[in-house]
Amino acid sequence: MSLKPLTSPWFHAPAGYEKIWLGCAILWCFVMSLMMPYWHFRGKQNSTGEAYTVIPADFLARTEKFVAANRVGTFKGTTANPFMGELPLVEPPAGGDAYLIGRMWQWYPALRLRMGETYRLHLSALDLQHGFSLQPLNMNFHVLPGYDHVLTITPTSKGEFTIVCNEFCGAGHHAMSGKIFVE
Amino acid sequence: MSHSSSHNLAAPGTPGRVCGTTGLGVCLDAQKFIKLNAVVGIVFLLLGGIAALLLALTRWQTVHLLPADWFYRILTFHGINMLILWILFFEVAILYFACTTPLNARLFSKKVAWVSFALMLTGGVMVDYIIIAGKADVMMTSYLPLLAHPLFYLGIILVAVGTLVGVFNYFATLYVAKRDQSYTGSVPIVTFGATAAAIIAVVTLLHGAVVMIPTFTYSMGWTPQPDPAWYRLIWWGLGHQSQQVNVCAMVSVWYLLSHIVVGARPINEAVCRTAFVLYILFINLASAHHLLVDPGVGATWKIWNTSYAMYLAVLASMIHGFTVPAGIEIGMRERGYTNGIFGWVVALPWRNPAFSATVLSLLIFGFLGGITGVTLGTQQINIIAHNTLRIPGHFHVTVVGGTTLAFMGLAYYVIPLIFQRDFICRGVARVQPWLFGFGITMLAFGMSFAGSMGVSRRSWDIEAQGVYGPAAHLWLGVLGIGGVLAFFGLLIFALLCVGTLFFGAKIKDRAMTDWGTPPALAGSKAGSLAHDHYATKGTMVLTLVFLACFAVYYFANWKALADVWPVR
Amino acid sequence: MNNEPNKHPWQKVLDNPWLLLVLGVIIPVLSYTVWGWIELVLIKPALLP
Repeated sequence: MSLKPLTSPWFHAPAGYEKIWLGCAILWCFVMSLMMPYWHFRGKQNSTGEAYTVIPADFLARTEKFVAANRVGTFKGTTANPFMGELPLVEPPAGGDAYLIGRMWQWYPALRLRMGETYRLHLSALDLQHGFSLQPLNMNFHVLPGYDHVLTITPTSKGEFTIVCNEFCGAGHHAMSGKIFVE
Repeated sequence: MSHSSSHNLAAPGTPGRVCGTTGLGVCLDAQKFIKLNAVVGIVFLLLGGIAALLLALTRWQTVHLLPADWFYRILTFHGINMLILWILFFEVAILYFACTTPLNARLFSKKVAWVSFALMLTGGVMVDYIIIAGKADVMMTSYLPLLAHPLFYLGIILVAVGTLVGVFNYFATLYVAKRDQSYTGSVPIVTFGATAAAIIAVVTLLHGAVVMIPTFTYSMGWTPQPDPAWYRLIWWGLGHQSQQVNVCAMVSVWYLLSHIVVGARPINEAVCRTAFVLYILFINLASAHHLLVDPGVGATWKIWNTSYAMYLAVLASMIHGFTVPAGIEIGMRERGYTNGIFGWVVALPWRNPAFSATVLSLLIFGFLGGITGVTLGTQQINIIAHNTLRIPGHFHVTVVGGTTLAFMGLAYYVIPLIFQRDFICRGVARVQPWLFGFGITMLAFGMSFAGSMGVSRRSWDIEAQGVYGPAAHLWLGVLGIGGVLAFFGLLIFALLCVGTLFFGAKIKDRAMTDWGTPPALAGSKAGSLAHDHYATKGTMVLTLVFLACFAVYYFANWKALADVWPVR
Repeated sequence: MNNEPNKHPWQKVLDNPWLLLVLGVIIPVLSYTVWGWIELVLIKPALLP
């Protein structure tokens, strides 16, 4: 009786269909429990959270150094987005480090990467929390001020990719954008 | 009035009455506070619902109703009013019921209940005021370094402390009821589930205090800024764990309503209670699923915690997903509805709004909410979901289609039994759960499909990016229409409740007007299936279908993940 | 009736809300909060060469 205290013995083991279901459910939970560690070792997409603490001003300085050393051109925005008028276009060395800043309200700089190469992409924010959301692939990572979030990433498709911001960061949040070109 | 040393409802001098419908005792102190908390909860539900309509009509960009700053403001308002204010007030009402009537006990303290209510209401009003004043455009999550006015944090602290005081009142009532032997034996399953909810609430509210107090003192300029990564970790100890309180409360309501309407009982008390214990021990670990693509917390921590310690709490949900329908099936078969595998389903009282709300809640929460939640909360799959509209798509079917719909169903009995008024407009009431359930499901489909196309949550305008096509807009339109339908379902509910409190026929010394329960057929015998462990054929089929859907959705998402760039 | 000496040990756990409260606080706090906090505290500073 669901609403009255139990005064006769009620403790007994599962039996019949409920026992069968229990077995099915436990088996399914077991399968799911194995999937994540399996993918961690054998799968190609993981979020290990590799990160280091950093002072935003230092990260900005390092990014500007990266831009100065590897700049290959300028990205000129073609939409009405006021924050995407112009960005330096920067190509990191193959297999090397790239630096990307999220700040109100753009991802700086624009990057050019080579398909098949692996890069260490350093993500950090200068001001608030931001969400790195690469479209149309729909890859999403969180970016915090004070932390260098390192993604070891390998572009396996060519084209123009847009970085949307998907963590609320103030009035211009929905327009916060960035670019990655893969050739 | 002398302080009664016994908290037994039957003790002389105890303010109590006997319910004319169920024959159970009702503590008048608890009744007063159930009424206060439930009514205030429904007021906040209505406020949050109006906000929801405005938001749905904005994300549906054909309408794009609100300007950007008001969108973000109302989004903050909506989150706070729904996920914190509506839900916590209603849950305190449920707690006060669960520790008194089923145990024939008296509420521990009226004074404590007043303190709890006053703190919660003051905090709620404070938070709502400061948001509408434009001083807290930070979303419900208020992630540092985003900074709101100090009253925002203070309001939330007062609500958290007030709820904790109410939870204390609950535990004190349990303790005294046992000490004074108001009841003998083990507490009933509804009380057991409420206890699980209360335990989880303690963990939730402790995290709330730990994160909000230093943030408040920072907003006052008294202490340095807490670290943003630390803030996220502790905040989600408040934020997600409050949703786990909702799950426990919702499941308890399923047991309660299915019992009241069709005489269902847990087919195995030990299994059901063990499932609640799995919730108590492990469900809170899953707050980690908000941090799966965060820097700083490592893969092992992410994988262990987001799996609810190897999916033990998911097992608990799957257990309830069997035992609740199984209890209903047994109740129906014992009443003589034994036609085939699903004959009992057809004969269920679908026109009883409490019952339809319960079943819809179970189906929506199980098939849509549970499956998407476990999948999106998988460490690696989260990469293709974090902060997209898939996330609100998930939680609108769990918290809204699941918990809120179940609570609405409960109201169809609470108002007659506790407020002692029969509902007005009964024909409209019978339709309301279907309208609300359908609207929310449609809203969630719109969100989930748009999110799969990369549309962000918490974004006022997707056109600013220039990367979304007409399909995304189509799904945002589905979101919009679903939201409008759900709003009407919610509005009707609120109007029915308020209207009934003012104009409903008073119930005094008679049973409430029945919403419809399946009559016992000739040849029925209560308890006849108590030892037949293979009686629940319909439930077995239903749960196996559920498992198949789960497996398909789950592996489809792994496949989608495998298509994106390699990343570690 | 449920105070018989042969009450199953697991039933004793189920019937004890105080034990469940203590475990329900300790286990998640250790597994999610404390462990997570330690992970954050142990993060090293960036080299930024």
